[in-house]
Amino acid sequence: MSGYRLTSGGNVDRQRPVRFAFDGRPCTGLAGDTLASALLAEGIRLVGRSFKYHRPRGVLGIAAEEPNALVSLRGGGRHEPNIQATMAELHDGLEVRSQNAWPSLGFDALAVNGLAGPLFGAGFYYKTFMGPTRRAWMWFEPFIRRAAGLGPPPRQADPDVYDRNNLFCDVLVVGGGPAGLAAARAAAECGARVALCDERAAFGGSLRGAAREIGDVPAQDWIDAQLAFLAGRGAVLLPRTGVFGYYDGETLGAVERVADHLPAPSSGQPRQRYWTIRTAEVVLATGAVERPVLFAGNDRPGVMLADSVRQYAETYGVACGRSVTVLANNDSGHAAARSLAAAGVTVARIFDQRPEVGPAIRAIAVGIGADLRTGWTVVATHGGKGLHAVTAAPADGSGRAERFETDCLAMAGGWTPAIALASQRGSAPVWSDALGAPLAGVPAPGARWRVAGAAAGRLDTAGCLAEGAAAGHAAARAAGFDAAPSAPPACAAEPVGLHPAPVPRHPDGKAFVDFQNDVKCADVALALREGYVSVEHLKRYTTLGMATDQGRTANVNAIALMAAATGRSPGEVGTTRFRAPAAPVALGALAGRHTGAHFQAVRRTPVQDWHVRHGGVLSPVGPWLRPRAYLREGETIRTAYIREAANVRGAVGLCDVSTLGKIAVEGPDAAVFLDRVYSNAMQSLAVGRARYGLMLRDDGMVLDDGTAWRLSETSFLVTTTTTGAGAVMTHLERLHALFWPGLRVALTSVTSQWAGMSLAGPRSREVLAAALPGTEVGNGVLPFMGLLEARMDGAPVLVARLSFSGERAYEVFCGADHGEAVWERLLQAGRPHGIMPYGTEALGTLRIEKGHVAGGELDGRVSPFNLGLEGLLSRKKAFFGSALLERPGLHAADRYELVGLVSTAGVPLRAGSHLAEGPRTRPGPSQGFVSSTTFSPATGQEIALALVKGGRARIGQDMFAADPVHGAHHPVRLAPPCFVDPEGARMRG
Amino acid sequence: MRIPCPTCGPRDLREFTYIGDALRSAPALEADADTWAAYVYTRRNPRGEHLEYWQHSHGCRQFLRVRRDTATHVIHAAACVGPHATEDEA
Repeated sequence: MSGYRLTSGGNVDRQRPVRFAFDGRPCTGLAGDTLASALLAEGIRLVGRSFKYHRPRGVLGIAAEEPNALVSLRGGGRHEPNIQATMAELHDGLEVRSQNAWPSLGFDALAVNGLAGPLFGAGFYYKTFMGPTRRAWMWFEPFIRRAAGLGPPPRQADPDVYDRNNLFCDVLVVGGGPAGLAAARAAAECGARVALCDERAAFGGSLRGAAREIGDVPAQDWIDAQLAFLAGRGAVLLPRTGVFGYYDGETLGAVERVADHLPAPSSGQPRQRYWTIRTAEVVLATGAVERPVLFAGNDRPGVMLADSVRQYAETYGVACGRSVTVLANNDSGHAAARSLAAAGVTVARIFDQRPEVGPAIRAIAVGIGADLRTGWTVVATHGGKGLHAVTAAPADGSGRAERFETDCLAMAGGWTPAIALASQRGSAPVWSDALGAPLAGVPAPGARWRVAGAAAGRLDTAGCLAEGAAAGHAAARAAGFDAAPSAPPACAAEPVGLHPAPVPRHPDGKAFVDFQNDVKCADVALALREGYVSVEHLKRYTTLGMATDQGRTANVNAIALMAAATGRSPGEVGTTRFRAPAAPVALGALAGRHTGAHFQAVRRTPVQDWHVRHGGVLSPVGPWLRPRAYLREGETIRTAYIREAANVRGAVGLCDVSTLGKIAVEGPDAAVFLDRVYSNAMQSLAVGRARYGLMLRDDGMVLDDGTAWRLSETSFLVTTTTTGAGAVMTHLERLHALFWPGLRVALTSVTSQWAGMSLAGPRSREVLAAALPGTEVGNGVLPFMGLLEARMDGAPVLVARLSFSGERAYEVFCGADHGEAVWERLLQAGRPHGIMPYGTEALGTLRIEKGHVAGGELDGRVSPFNLGLEGLLSRKKAFFGSALLERPGLHAADRYELVGLVSTAGVPLRAGSHLAEGPRTRPGPSQGFVSSTTFSPATGQEIALALVKGGRARIGQDMFAADPVHGAHHPVRLAPPCFVDPEGARMRG
Repeated sequence: MRIPCPTCGPRDLREFTYIGDALRSAPALEADADTWAAYVYTRRNPRGEHLEYWQHSHGCRQFLRVRRDTATHVIHAAACVGPHATEDEA
């Protein structure tokens, strides 16, 4: 046992014990604890195993900088891996599991990775598995993945709700420590709408529970007073809210952990809330992170950051050890020692790497009865799964090393301002020699942030309060709220953590610089020897700073190591740029409510309910749900679609085509406009007639196919494919706006306004006639490609004699509200003729039998010359896309050409298969690919459409449809793409 | 990023669709293949101020010519183009 609960102090409720379990072991903490403070109070130091070497690791820090203490929380669908114990709040019944240890945390078999340390150095994977030995990767990968890693992902669906919210404010203050609170108060006093976020559970930052006075009140009282004032001014206060991204236009992303501190969210309460914050001005009061000191064994459980040890005592009433040793290279370690002693923690000795310290600092050690040794450093640590002693020696190597018993080593290695958000917004960091760390540079043009407090390098509380208030005032003024805020309160001076000379030596042994990614000082040196002298290269080669903690404790030490090793100044070494997210964001928070049925908005056709009532099996097509087939008793999709398709060829069928895109093109120049956008002539289209047409992109490739119906001299109805509707609308609008703004034409999407159904089959005319009694529907008034306006039981309908199936067919359009009535009327009229509804599978079968192209062929990579649609290219006019159709590559003899395929072995083919000339053992290069497949009831064969190199000249040739992914290699014969009625007599008749 | 739509006011980036480079002018349909190839495939990629077309696809559906700094993402001006063109303010 090492850490323990102090008898007093801390912002914890000693009357409210909280029970939780760590690896099954029952533990007790207090309300107000983080998981880390509760574990430390229970004396638990070994919390996890490290990423690569499986070294024992414990809690290092206090908040989001924690690299070591990653745990998995809860179970089932609420299981969440890789949570920092320092950020997780305790709740009753919390189940905690350690990670990356097998079979147990105490005995980890994979810790042999640590013995093989030299093997796993920087660049190990590249060197071992790339190049000639690349194949070995295939063999070793599963083992390496299991041996090196984080917690396992959850296996069950998350039962909780995640929300998205927007927040608008004048001044956003990120960070609720002394500087942030002072900034928020000043901005609110000026009248600005203020929002204040802090990633920790409560505001106050390092002041929480601190035994000091602000103005003339205790620190905690001052914090509470500021929060009460802000609440009174209507400020939005968001604790548990980490800002992870700072984007253009002062848009910031944040995640609020709404219910992570509860056993389960209450009914309707989201677990987390993703905030999109739009603000006029930003104050970044994100604080600073203390750095570890580099020496062998600095990762042993019990070795911690000094100010974190101080905060565990003051904020949570927890002593991290029975006898604490401080190792400092600056004054702040002494301040921490003084506070620890005042809180009742024993500080036995202080090592300060500096040869000499001032009298005020020396007086601290004297005052608390600690043995101060200046010019000394720690060179080794001892203890298996937790520290029990250190070896220290004079830092200049002049004297003999000595061993000291201690169970907690508090490292004060200097302070790194948290500047990730400023960097994300485009500010190049500027190295500060005084601080030994980079500071945020000047804001990029247009950026509206200012930085205050420790994030700006001010490490004393008085300075944080003054600068925070000034920044809040400046932000409010910039947002248009100018008033004089009250003066910030005074507070006593304190020793601050300026790092005088950051020259880490190259320590021997396992001195870690990046704890989470297990990067040692020696790895940095190795990367340099191998030529990775840029800090960006170093990061990628060693993975330093790339872990979930984003190297908060590691980056500056790495820069200092590089500088020392290359004889450059740290400023010359530079820093890597920070990118969003600054902290891990749960996928659930990103998804918000867009999960399950809400993943995508579903568009419903007017007939959808009928489909469901009648056995239609719905499947997504673009944003729609369409019936694949209507299952009867004992049928499968396959037997159903074969029945439905055969019935269209033999009698008559009805298909819901309401999903087709529909665009009204109206105006005096509508015909001229369509003549330019379609490859075939449209101006010559007579009123009351329809025409099939092809639209090309700028580069001559096929955009979409569809039909144009001329309703009057100045009015057309254009149909598109279901999935191409949006792209065609944008295309037409773009051409109008950017190419021919002078044309008098209006474009309106009317897809939802019309219901559409295709009545197809040799008996279709009889059915239509029966549904439209008294209306002549013969070939004289309604020939192939003719249009007819009529009324069906009073509902206005528009009938077009169009055929996708190759049969005599009519597309009946009506207002969406009449859709189901017209559908049922046609079915009723068709009953004597054996009508059946048919779904998208039969629709596909019928068009494949006819060799009509659809989504499988129109994949954006085909020109009209690939599809055999040269006949639709007008020779009399220029049209959109025509210029680039002249490119020789599009006319190459070996271009892909649309052909049909017959499966000569009679087995079903699979779209995506490649066409090969040779058998399975030596297939040869791909000759093309299968684009659409079906069983053809009309021919009794398994057929397909395919795009084959020089395909038309190869019709009759035998090949193989190769699908090695599924182990298929089936013989096929190339055929003309049209399998049924190539002359078109059936659809015209 | 927010784009000041002349008809709808300043709106979030998510409402807009990037359409393309507005430094090039649309060729005539009758122009030769070289002209069209230059239009389709050749474009400047300036760092700094750039003219781009955006469509307010989840709004008024107007096409805007937007003067944007590609280095800072600062938007200096936006005007409608096409049949409902507006004056460029800046």
